[in-house]
Amino acid sequence: MQTAQNSYLVLFLLAIAAVGFAVTPLVAAWLWAKFFSPQKPGKDKNDTYECGLKSSGDAWIHFRSEYYLYGIIFLVFDVETIFLLPFAVSFTGLPVGAFVAMIIFLVLLVEGLVWAWRKGLLTWR
Amino acid sequence: MIDEGLKSELRKQGVYVTSLQELYNWGRANSVWPLTFGLACCAIEMMAASMSRFDLARFGAEVFRPSPRQADLMIVAGTVTKKMAPLVVRLYNQMPEPKYVIAMGACAISGGPFKQGYNVLKGIDRYLPVDVAIPGCPPRPEALIHAIMTLQEKIRNQDLTGPNRPRHLNADVEGEYPVPAYGKTDLEPPKNPAVWQPPTLKR
Repeated sequence: MQTAQNSYLVLFLLAIAAVGFAVTPLVAAWLWAKFFSPQKPGKDKNDTYECGLKSSGDAWIHFRSEYYLYGIIFLVFDVETIFLLPFAVSFTGLPVGAFVAMIIFLVLLVEGLVWAWRKGLLTWR
Repeated sequence: MIDEGLKSELRKQGVYVTSLQELYNWGRANSVWPLTFGLACCAIEMMAASMSRFDLARFGAEVFRPSPRQADLMIVAGTVTKKMAPLVVRLYNQMPEPKYVIAMGACAISGGPFKQGYNVLKGIDRYLPVDVAIPGCPPRPEALIHAIMTLQEKIRNQDLTGPNRPRHLNADVEGEYPVPAYGKTDLEPPKNPAVWQPPTLKR
């Protein structure tokens, strides 16, 4: 009983030490800045940093999100190759059910490709 | 305040005493982080100084920061063209206090071999307060190391309080320097009179 209580006490002390380890330098730095080092904000200093050049234009602009469809189509066929390789290796010894399942899987994917093609997603604009 | 004689006497007995000022300056002098900022061929020597052969890390100054937000020291390494000068000053303004400037090489000091060029700034000290100037074209890495040691010496001797305290501890002194603009034929203003006055001939 005694040891069990003590073990938790040690954990508690360690937690306090850990928090103190993190907070003490922050408080010391804050106190130092308060008493010794005055803050000097300015127009340039508070400006956006861009290699010394003045930043131009707005950062909140629209840009095309079409690439994500390419990403998805690529990923689909990337995964397909992973399944196709063991399918090809064990092709001769496969039961009919597995073969039909694989063909359905392929047809589903090709259907997706046809959909993307007909939608004109494969043409880069 | 403890005097130097007593301090060294105590040190012989194995008792180390220090002051807050000494401790503060010791920490600051040994962690001068330069800005990754190469303008011309001097930058090659600067890179060499930070690599293993010359090892700037021995002086706590190997952490080249690619952002002015985290840098203490601007090594103006190379020719400052008039096109680049406003950018240099703006970068300096964007660095947090305390900040220092090393003018590395003949070009950064005076324009160097390109002094007569229409497009070359004749010394970055026309716009920025240069702490250490390194002569040479380009200076060897040892010269840069010596400049950093000189800067460390300067930092160690700075006062925390009093009228001679450095700029970053003085709330009355402005932290930013005016950025020159591109004029019709020259930068405007061509110099910052608060930092640099043209030398006068004494006859």
